[in-house]
Amino acid sequence: MTDTIIDIDRVTKRYGSHTVLQDLCFSVRPGEKLALIGPSGSGKTTILRTLMTLETIESGTIRIDGEPLFQMERNGSLVPADEAHLHRMRTKIGMVFQLFNLFPHKCVLDNVTLAPMLTKGVRKADAERRAMELLDLVGLADKARAMPAQLSGGQKQRVAIARALALQPRIMLFDEVTSALDPELVEEVLSVMRMLGSTTDMTMLLVTHEMSFAHDFADRVLFFDRGRIVEEGPPDVLFTNPTHERTQAFLKKIIAAGQRI
Amino acid sequence: MADWAGYLGLMLDGALVTAKLTVLGCALALPAAFLAGLGRLSRHSTVRALSVAYIEFFRGTSIFVQLFWAYFVLPLIGVTLTPLQAGVLALGLNVGAYGAEVVRAAVQSIGREQHEACIALNLTRWQSLRHVLLPQAAVVMVPTFCNNAIELLKATSVVSLISLSDLTFQAQVVRSQTGSTALPFLTVLVIYFAYASLISAGMKALERRMTRGLDGLRT
Repeated sequence: MTDTIIDIDRVTKRYGSHTVLQDLCFSVRPGEKLALIGPSGSGKTTILRTLMTLETIESGTIRIDGEPLFQMERNGSLVPADEAHLHRMRTKIGMVFQLFNLFPHKCVLDNVTLAPMLTKGVRKADAERRAMELLDLVGLADKARAMPAQLSGGQKQRVAIARALALQPRIMLFDEVTSALDPELVEEVLSVMRMLGSTTDMTMLLVTHEMSFAHDFADRVLFFDRGRIVEEGPPDVLFTNPTHERTQAFLKKIIAAGQRI
Repeated sequence: MADWAGYLGLMLDGALVTAKLTVLGCALALPAAFLAGLGRLSRHSTVRALSVAYIEFFRGTSIFVQLFWAYFVLPLIGVTLTPLQAGVLALGLNVGAYGAEVVRAAVQSIGREQHEACIALNLTRWQSLRHVLLPQAAVVMVPTFCNNAIELLKATSVVSLISLSDLTFQAQVVRSQTGSTALPFLTVLVIYFAYASLISAGMKALERRMTRGLDGLRT
């Protein structure tokens, strides 16, 4: 049970007649840092969204800590999960979105304290103390009273990271968290993630187009294409010596576009 | 013309009744709008059906008829209301039905990404609505609620039909007693307009307050 924290077994997901994930299988060890790369539309974002229960699946099983995500046991058989089961499973998982998804009507501090207070019953004073520590961690303690609209994209994304961390998830999902940022703001977000990667034992899955970051950050890289994993391996192998032609073609395009790997 | 002060007093009494109807009508319309508007978004089909029935019934029938029902028909089944109660009931439920659609549309106008952030933060549906979606939707509702409130104010004149001496009713009284037409009706015009301006200004101030610090919603 302890050797995998996420176990994805033959998962298929369709939008109408379009298959986004096809018999997808992979598992993740606790504490592992995983980078999901691949062309757009390859299903890498969909699998993150599915883990966060933002999407449902047509077939297959996802297990978190050995427990099915979308099913639960009742009288010895598996039945579709109810809201309470999903609620309990979600406590293990946090997510940071491409477009930050901050609450625009709440100040930075309230964005971070809202969920711990509502979902875990943390007292306001405790939630705020913890939030200030997290904001300090992402370098934004001085912005606690600012409204999201007053922040730059990079600052918003760092608040979103603090907000997700406040619930102390064991698994963190990062969905193209730097894709919407101006180039000069990317680094401040990446450095926060680097710091999280080296100082916590959280399991981290990131979907990214920042290949050099994926290279330095990840323990393992999964290359997605057309709803499947085409190739996987440690970054040193996958980036420098890919065996599959689609991986080679994809990396060639990335390099041609000017990215360093 | 010497009695004009007395007649003006009469009209101000009417203005007070109109103000009371407007305030109490709004006080009923607002919760009705939220209940039915959120009811339409419910996961439970019975709640949705009830909300739709309420909205369609009160939008689809005339406020006159609704008022007559409240005042003349309800007593037949043992519910006797004073003219003021009947007026408030009919006006509040009528305008509440329009407001319900405002509430529904405003909540639906909040982007999917806000819903998804709520799920990722493990909020329940009610917590998402209460703390994230409604506070943002409220900002969108205010301008249309302002319209609804002014509509309600103007609709109060129908209560003169059930012998409630509101502003319009008193103007008629003054007109029949003095034979002067222009003056009482001018006074009525001015008072309704003043009331409407008051509502408008109040709502604008509220909107400004609520949008402070926000962007991407309304400016």
